[in-house]
Order: sequence, then C-alpha cells, then structure tokens
Amino acid sequence: MNDEITKASEASSDDFSSDAKRKIVVPGEIIISGEDFLPGEGTRREENNIVASKFGLAEEAGRVVKIIPIFGAFVPRRNNVVIGRVTDITHAGWLIDIDSASSGFLPIEESPRFINRNEMDQYLAIGDVISAKIWTVKNKGIDLTIKGKGLGKLDDGFIFRIIPSRVPRVIGREGSMVNLIKERTGCSITVGQNGWIWIRGHSLEAEIKARKAVEIVADKVHVNGLTEKVESWFEENE
Amino acid sequence: MTTQTKRPDGRKPDELRKIIAKVGVIPNADGSALFAFGKTLAIAAVYGPRQLHPQHMQNPSAGILRCNYDLLSFSVAERKKPGPNRRSSEISKAIQWALEPALYLDSFPNQVVDVQVYILQADAGTRTAAINASSMALAHAGIPMKDLVCSLAVGKIDKTIIADLTKEEEDFKEGEGATDFAMAKLANHNQFTLMQMDGKISPAQVKEALELTEGLTKEIFEAQKKALKDLIEEQGDEK
Repeated sequence: MNDEITKASEASSDDFSSDAKRKIVVPGEIIISGEDFLPGEGTRREENNIVASKFGLAEEAGRVVKIIPIFGAFVPRRNNVVIGRVTDITHAGWLIDIDSASSGFLPIEESPRFINRNEMDQYLAIGDVISAKIWTVKNKGIDLTIKGKGLGKLDDGFIFRIIPSRVPRVIGREGSMVNLIKERTGCSITVGQNGWIWIRGHSLEAEIKARKAVEIVADKVHVNGLTEKVESWFEENE
Repeated sequence: MTTQTKRPDGRKPDELRKIIAKVGVIPNADGSALFAFGKTLAIAAVYGPRQLHPQHMQNPSAGILRCNYDLLSFSVAERKKPGPNRRSSEISKAIQWALEPALYLDSFPNQVVDVQVYILQADAGTRTAAINASSMALAHAGIPMKDLVCSLAVGKIDKTIIADLTKEEEDFKEGEGATDFAMAKLANHNQFTLMQMDGKISPAQVKEALELTEGLTKEIFEAQKKALKDLIEEQGDEK
C-alpha cells in the first residue's frame, strides 16, 4: 500500500519546500511575464506572458510555472488507487461507484482468487467498500483491479470524503503526512485518489482523532511546513 | 452625455449597483457562487465534469456545457408560475453561449459540465448576474478556463446612456423610452460573448455603450477575483 501511495505522491507537489513562491490566481490572470518561463499544468502562454487557465495556487518550480488546483472533481488516471463502493453485480463482475464522472468496473478475473460465478456476492456484496487500482481509463468506463498489495475489500472502520485535489497534501511527500497520522493514532488509513479515505483503528477515539488530523490537513490549503503543524497539533491533543 | 440626469436611486449614470460576490455557497456542488447587483440576486451551482446522459448528446471530441436558468416563483413582484418557459429557455441558451468561449472542455470527451442558476430576487439584469455567478462557480469547480466572464447591462433612458438598469428604469416610457443592452465580455481579452438588446439606439451611442462596458467589466472582474481569492485565504487561516 505504501508503495502505491509513494508513487501517487511523487507526481504531485509537496507542501514543504519553503522556497517555493505561491500565489492565488484566477483564470485569465497573468502569472508571470517574460520568455524565461515555461507553462506547466493549468497554465498557457499568451504572447509574452504565462497565463492561468485554472483557479488555484500558482507555483514556480525552476523555470516551469504550474497551478496546483485546490477545488474540483476527481479525474481518474491509470494506476490511481481509489476507494469505491459496490453498486451492482453483473455476470462479468462488479460495478463500483468511485465518485467520478464514469463508474468503475471490476471484472471477475481481476480478483486475486477463484470465484464461483453463481456466488459472487459471497466475495463482494452490494454496499461493500473496496480499495482498488485503476487499470484502464477508456471512453466506455474505468476498469479496476484488486490484484496487488493492500487492495481488496475493506472491513470495519469507516470512510469519509475530502476534496479530491487535496489528496496529495494528505499523503505528503513520499507518504510522510499519512504515515505521521498512522504512527500517532495507530490507525490503518487508506487514502484513495478520488478523495475517499478509509480509517480503522483499535478504538473509536483513535479513529476520530485520525479523521480530524486528515481534515486539518485538507483544510489548510496554502500553509507551509504543514507536517510540523500537524505534529504540534498531536502534541497539544495528546 | 448629460451627466446631471437624476436616477431614481441617486446613482451616477456610469455607476453600478452594489455588488455582492461570494464563492462556495453550496457544499454539495463541485463549484458554486452567488452574485448580486443591488436587489438582483443569482446563485449558481456547477456539477461535473460528469458522464452525459442522454448518450446521443455526447460529443466524443470534447465535453459540452449545459446551462439552466430558473427565475424562481417568489423572485418577482407578481408570483411567477414555476417551471421552464419560453423566456427561461432562451436565457439558458444565451448564458451557455456566453460562457462557452471561456472554457477549455477538450479534455472531457463524452462528458458534461452542468450549470444551474437560480434567480432568488429579480430587479432587472438577471441574465448578467447569472453569467457573473456561473463564471465564478465554473472557476471554483476547477474547470480549465481561458478567462473569467464579466457581464453587465448598459442602457439608455431617453437620450442618456446609463449602466446597470433597475426594473424601474427599464420600464421608463417617456421620450425615446428605455433601451436595455446586455453584454458579456472576457475579462482580460477583447472578446464579447453576449450582446442582446431591447429598444433602440444610434450607432454612435453603441460605441459609447461599449466603451462604458469595457471600463465597468474591470470593476466586476475585481469583485469576482476578490471573492475567489477570499475563499482560499479564509481556509488557510488558523482556526
């Protein structure tokens, strides 16, 4: 599971580089002028300027200027780990709601062990929650797989939602943030790229504490040194 | 232009009504905003990008925008029969066409972005308030955009060009009567996306009206920008 999280977070920005200059921009606003910069994600070049195409935080990473979105729906990509809920069972597999534009499909072949087609609900019933990896994103829909470490049915615990674009923050650089919360509360946490988060702990108090910590991280959008802040929050609330 | 004309609410001819702009008013929507010109109040919610049904409307090369404008039954002095009618369908289309040039929907094939606008209170200029609210809500929903869209109505009572008419001014009957000229413009580009007019106006005065709009859209853009930025700053603050 941690490997997955690390992979997912590498592509995203980290909160912790203090030298990164950030500013809030709205679509159409000029972020920076001059030929020295390259337009990155969420930006474009208009004559001599780098212009914002999205609402979010603009960041200069070297010569590349990009926008970190902080609002918006989940856009599925291959290899994303998501959390979903079984909404229907068909002859070929399970339909999974993953809270995105199109629903996910988990083919029967993609489960790690043999399943009797007549008793599919013995393995996953309607309403069950699973963590799965996106295998393909096609026009017709999204195919999922649960072959892999840490994937499969999630028993006990609870799930809740955060805004999907805040997920990289919750994971942190190489999983640092989510690992910190896991360590401090002793809970198992799975963060889906679709913004669904599953928590299971040894006690209800620990679970609630973990959820609060995750929500603090998701709320503080443009704060530097967030790991230290969360650490001190844990100390205050020991 | 005779600048000494008295307007019923004491405004200068080129003065807008008080603007209220707020983002993030509907927690269940992907993006939402509220925009008010004086007593005219519009609230917009954006859902998506999401799968488009019915399937025959799907465009495999780009996402589509779908707008719905609804003047609520209690928003006007005389109760309006609820539900869609000829007027609201037309305005929905006009809003859609005003917003489309500002969006980049190529990366959402077969999907739809739904914009739902409700007018809670109407005092003329509802479509312009609706466009302003929708444009903020679309930005809030994280949709890639070329620019924000700013919209306002410029008009003429008798021979004077005025900005942002109220219902009272729209019903002006004396002299040449009232002209209502609704416009929308991309905030940082010289591109108009909506032009609708009721009444009569001379070509020279159209020029004058366009110049006035150009100046005032900046004011609207600043209000929209501030509302969006305030939202992030609020959330970043210590609680």
